[in-house]
Amino acid sequence: MAFTVDEAKLWLINLNKIYQQEKMYLSELDQAIGDGDHGINMARGFNELNKKLETAEYHTTADLFKDAGMVLLSKVGGASGPLYGTAFIKAGGALKDKEEVTKEELAAALFESLEGLKLRGKARLEDKTMLDVWIPAIEFLQNHPKVDWDEFKKLVKEKMEGTKKLEAKKGRASYLGIRSVGHIDPGAASSYLLFVELARVCEGVGL
Amino acid sequence: MKKLINDPESVVSEMVAGFVAAYPKKVKQVPGTNVVVRADAPVQGKVGIVSGGGSGHEPAHGGYVGKGMLDGAVAGEVFTSPTPDQVFEAIKAVDGGKGVLLVIKNYTGDVMNFEMAAELAEVEGIKVEKVIVNDDAAVENSTYTVGKRGIAGTVLVHKIAGALAETGATLEEVAAVANKVVANLSTMGMALSPSTIPAAGKPGFTIDENEMEIGTGIHGEPGIERSEIKTADEVADILLNKVVNQLHLEKNNEVAVMINGLGATPLMELYIVNNRVSSVLKEMDISVRETFIGEYMTSLEMAGCSITLLRLDQQLSELLDAQADTIAFKK
Ligand SMILES: Nc1ncnc2c1ncn2[C@@H]1O[C@H](COP(=O)(O)OP(=O)(O)OP(=O)(O)O)[C@@H](O)[C@H]1O
Ligand SMILES: [Mg+2]
Repeated sequence: MAFTVDEAKLWLINLNKIYQQEKMYLSELDQAIGDGDHGINMARGFNELNKKLETAEYHTTADLFKDAGMVLLSKVGGASGPLYGTAFIKAGGALKDKEEVTKEELAAALFESLEGLKLRGKARLEDKTMLDVWIPAIEFLQNHPKVDWDEFKKLVKEKMEGTKKLEAKKGRASYLGIRSVGHIDPGAASSYLLFVELARVCEGVGL
Repeated sequence: MKKLINDPESVVSEMVAGFVAAYPKKVKQVPGTNVVVRADAPVQGKVGIVSGGGSGHEPAHGGYVGKGMLDGAVAGEVFTSPTPDQVFEAIKAVDGGKGVLLVIKNYTGDVMNFEMAAELAEVEGIKVEKVIVNDDAAVENSTYTVGKRGIAGTVLVHKIAGALAETGATLEEVAAVANKVVANLSTMGMALSPSTIPAAGKPGFTIDENEMEIGTGIHGEPGIERSEIKTADEVADILLNKVVNQLHLEKNNEVAVMINGLGATPLMELYIVNNRVSSVLKEMDISVRETFIGEYMTSLEMAGCSITLLRLDQQLSELLDAQADTIAFKK
């Protein structure tokens, strides 16, 4: 089986549920080193996206991703809105009109997302941002012809937790300087959840 | 949490609606958005100026929409940068053919969202320039980080850029004077108590009765340093010292002073702070052209204040003195 528009939809619907559940947790992470709105932003944006997905019809994963990106761009706000919005728009652009997406194609599309994130946010590895999860995650997907999704989930968890020891160089947390050490980056946590839900859906279709 | 609201989800739209309802002669809302523009927008033949950011900083930025200051203000969710589509609507609504200047406070979210809006506007053939305000002396500037934040001093950027735009100056000239203000502007803030985002339901940080935070921003976030609470004079000295050093102020410089309340500080306390500020500046032979005291850029119900100094020259002085007629700032 392959990754089709149905899997893409399932991923985002599941992700919405998780972000609603984890809204307070993500905001608490952001209260520690930011302004406390990350969970609220993600929950608001994905709730809107979920509403859209319930009614809209998409023929390809690309169309769905592009539209999802536009919704996130206009509903999330903050730093994470343009970042996650860009990520989905770029992935959609890379997939063109493929009906069935292979693991390689998915990895390549997410690589384009990552490039978009880097261009938009100008952050680098170890700046204590979502990129600290994205960079190793995409590398893993590209380097493993057959992905062990449990390994993948373990990796993203580790990388998310690894942001705890870092001093923030980008985003609001950077204003705290050394006081940002000792806390998980909220964007890294929301990206971790994004990849875990992706892994679950991919496992489900034996990708 | 104890707040005079109806629903945390709708605070921004209800606030904007109430604001617009109060001042129909001065402002209007772009339908379907949280964008407020001058009642006579777009003003033909004048550079449009748009600012904005998260809500919770009232009267910023909607209060500065009007003759001699902003043409449009975009209100995001509380403490959250507005989205590109909203900023784009503001740009379109104020473009009078001479282009639009975006006044952006230096936060990752604001910069990215406004940049994306500028890209959309350029596709539509609207000329856009951006000025990034980073007046917060609390944060170190470094090439590896995002650098200093934009806080209360932003209001003086609105004032001066707005005054020049009113004379019919070009987009490049208005952007240049805005950048000149930024280069001569410095602010330092402190907090006695935190603020609570309605949707979060609890304060951004906790602080003991006998403590204060120095170097706070305007988003309920902790500052750069926590210390024991000090007297108004001591606090004024700490903040002023930082700002004076940041600007490398010298004898015989002329400045404008802003003592800004963060939302829950009585004017009385702000006057007490200014009592110290004005006498220290006098001792330093720095002359004060004008002092602004009040709530210009708040952080919901945070108690505390910030001190802003703007170094003036001939051009900036004249523009500072020029007429302005907005809801929260009149000259
Ligand atoms: N330059 C950047 N590149 C990549 N990720 C970033 C960057 N800046 C911030 N982030 C991510 O965004 C997360 C914060 O998102 P959030 O939704 O809280 O926005 P915000 O910073 O509060 O925005 P705003 O300043 O408008 O309120 C951080 O935890 C970090 O992972
Ligand atoms: Mg935040």
